[in-house]
Amino acid sequence: MAESMPVLTELTPELESFIEEWKDKPGNLVMVLHKVQQVYRYIPRDVAFTVSRKLGIPLAKIYGVMTFYHYFKLEKPGEHMISVCMGTACYLKGGDKLLAELQRLLNIGVNGTTEDGKFSLQSVRCVGCCGLAPLITVGPDVYGCLPTDKVAGIVDKYR
Amino acid sequence: MRYKNYVLICGGTACESSKADEIYRNIQKELEANNVHGETQALKTGCFGFCEKGPIVKMLPDESFYVHVKPEDAKELVEEHIVKGRRVTRLLYNKPDCTTSAVASVDDIDFYKKQVRVVLRNCGFIDPEDINEYIARDGYVALEKVLFDISADDVIKELETSGLRGRGGAGFPTWRKWMFTKNTESDQKFIVCNADEGDPGAYMDRSILEGDPHAVLEAMTIAGKTVGASRGYIYIRAEYPLAIHRLEIAIKQAKEGGLLGDNILESGFNFNIEIRLGAGAFVCGEETALLASLEGKRGMPIPRPPFPAVKGLWGKPTIINNVETYANIPAIIRNGGASFAAKGTEASKGTKVFALTGKIANSGLIEVPMGITLREIVYEIGGGIPNGKKFKAVQTGGPSGGMITSEFLDAPIDFDNLTKLGSMMGSGGMIVMDEDDCAVDVTKFYLEFTVEESCGKCTPCRIGGAQLYHYLEKITNGEGTMEDIESMRKISRAMQKASLCALGQTAPNPIISTLKFFEDEYLAHIKDRKCPAGKCQKMIRYVINEKCIGCTACVRKCPVNCITGEKKQMHVIDQAACVKCGECERVCKFAAIVKN
Repeated sequence: MAESMPVLTELTPELESFIEEWKDKPGNLVMVLHKVQQVYRYIPRDVAFTVSRKLGIPLAKIYGVMTFYHYFKLEKPGEHMISVCMGTACYLKGGDKLLAELQRLLNIGVNGTTEDGKFSLQSVRCVGCCGLAPLITVGPDVYGCLPTDKVAGIVDKYR
Repeated sequence: MRYKNYVLICGGTACESSKADEIYRNIQKELEANNVHGETQALKTGCFGFCEKGPIVKMLPDESFYVHVKPEDAKELVEEHIVKGRRVTRLLYNKPDCTTSAVASVDDIDFYKKQVRVVLRNCGFIDPEDINEYIARDGYVALEKVLFDISADDVIKELETSGLRGRGGAGFPTWRKWMFTKNTESDQKFIVCNADEGDPGAYMDRSILEGDPHAVLEAMTIAGKTVGASRGYIYIRAEYPLAIHRLEIAIKQAKEGGLLGDNILESGFNFNIEIRLGAGAFVCGEETALLASLEGKRGMPIPRPPFPAVKGLWGKPTIINNVETYANIPAIIRNGGASFAAKGTEASKGTKVFALTGKIANSGLIEVPMGITLREIVYEIGGGIPNGKKFKAVQTGGPSGGMITSEFLDAPIDFDNLTKLGSMMGSGGMIVMDEDDCAVDVTKFYLEFTVEESCGKCTPCRIGGAQLYHYLEKITNGEGTMEDIESMRKISRAMQKASLCALGQTAPNPIISTLKFFEDEYLAHIKDRKCPAGKCQKMIRYVINEKCIGCTACVRKCPVNCITGEKKQMHVIDQAACVKCGECERVCKFAAIVKN
């Protein structure tokens, strides 16, 4: 399916002033994309296009950078982002089982979003809380030392 | 001490996630309610390291060590410990074997006994959000010395005497990097801190930045003065919000205190530090890829030489050191390189921070002198393997490293020994595995990671890695052949020799290492179609034997409803539908479900 041409869009004042501040700093693109994602929770195509015009960086180059890094999201994520840590410690202690259980509970695949837009599911490399393995995070909340049968209860808290 | 009592609450990410902040606020409230806030100071500190026992609260001066503290425990802790001077026994740390009564203080805890905290000396001791606490612990003394008392050559000489080697993985002598940059003529030079801690299973850099951010700022400023740079960048993972937050505070306070920015301590020297965020690419731990990312580009490596020390960020000479390396430097300048070199082995001086995780009783962050044996780490500090399981191996060096087996438990741990054993120091992840872990499966896990993280620029890494993963998948699915092993060896050699950067060159290491130490496991997968550890799901079958009494516990637990049978009759598992999650085996009280 061919994507429609992106259009210039109005940015939030917060983002406008951030771009203004960073416009002339060398190597600003990654930082500006971080800000875009912080504001919109992902990087909408129209916003990327607008940023491209403001920074004078071709859209193709911006997409090259966006798609290179795992952190940047091109699709709108669900209201609650559930991340399953798949660092080595979590993997050994059953992180893959937590991921399977969440896929079953939410009926979505990894990197999927539920139909009602409530939840997105992703696996992440390492949260850096290996002492609490295995763990998941729901938005900013961390649930560590987590047995598989407790997952359903946690998901219910956010429904 | 200014106060009669101190209450130190761990504010590292792990404890913070278990409500450390609420505990801190409750303690403050209780101190005021009991009118002892004038003589007692409550502090939120950096990581204590014993993350598994968190949230942790430590009392000074008597060093009582409270674990798994909940916000509602604040009242009792203050009323009993602070006001009445009685320890709250139920919250004190207990030895895992429970043979002794509650352990009273930090000195009695095995986890800490063999540790030597140099880099982490302030972590868990000071409030990282208050520059005065860092200064009170001799902070910025080294910077003052470098600005006013000693020359750039003296700094490099101290580093050489110390024998400090890079803590990020490769172990390159730090003084040489600095010397190259210093001796390269340029109108501009840069100082970069690599805080893109990508190794899954290592989190020392995060803990240092969260617990003692000024140590890194001070060291970077010292580097700037030494080589003649006026700008520094900290490249940090976006996934570490707390560390970023504390760095921002530290930079602001250092600037206000005249310790960073223009005309530092009125010496005429200018140095500014900016935080730049990584965006989740393991390859950016490689220095040329990191620089590309700092320049706002895709983080892909370029061939070296020229090395960044000569031609780095925007083509200018650039020092890139890792967080832990920097954190060592203020103490080296302050106390002299010889004092640092007094610890460690012949070629690996000082201490090293390790993240001890996996199948280990005491999991957490530890700092030990180089040369300590793996046995001491696993059995004395780590408290051995839990649940009566047998030790299998320790993976060091993460996806670029290899496994160290029980026969090498007594080998001293340092840069060169680990390399000799077919592994590497890496950033300091130490993942303990027990008999339930399958060597082939873990190797596949690492390869999946490096394939995913390969930037795709050079062919050996992009295609070689994918091929290796393909063979491992075949083997763990029970479809492997002996030729696959030979092919893996060949591809591994090609990748080691021909890949552009360390990611590709080291990606085959887990395979080479496991083929050396656990070839029998590969053979079992290939010849007997069996996974000895019972981990590779495609090769295991759960079956119900005659011990089944038909209690239906497994039926209720099965996530895919593949167990059938009448009540009080023997049940059956539909093998075609079974997803091999093992839940039925765990829930069965009669040992009637077995893996084979």
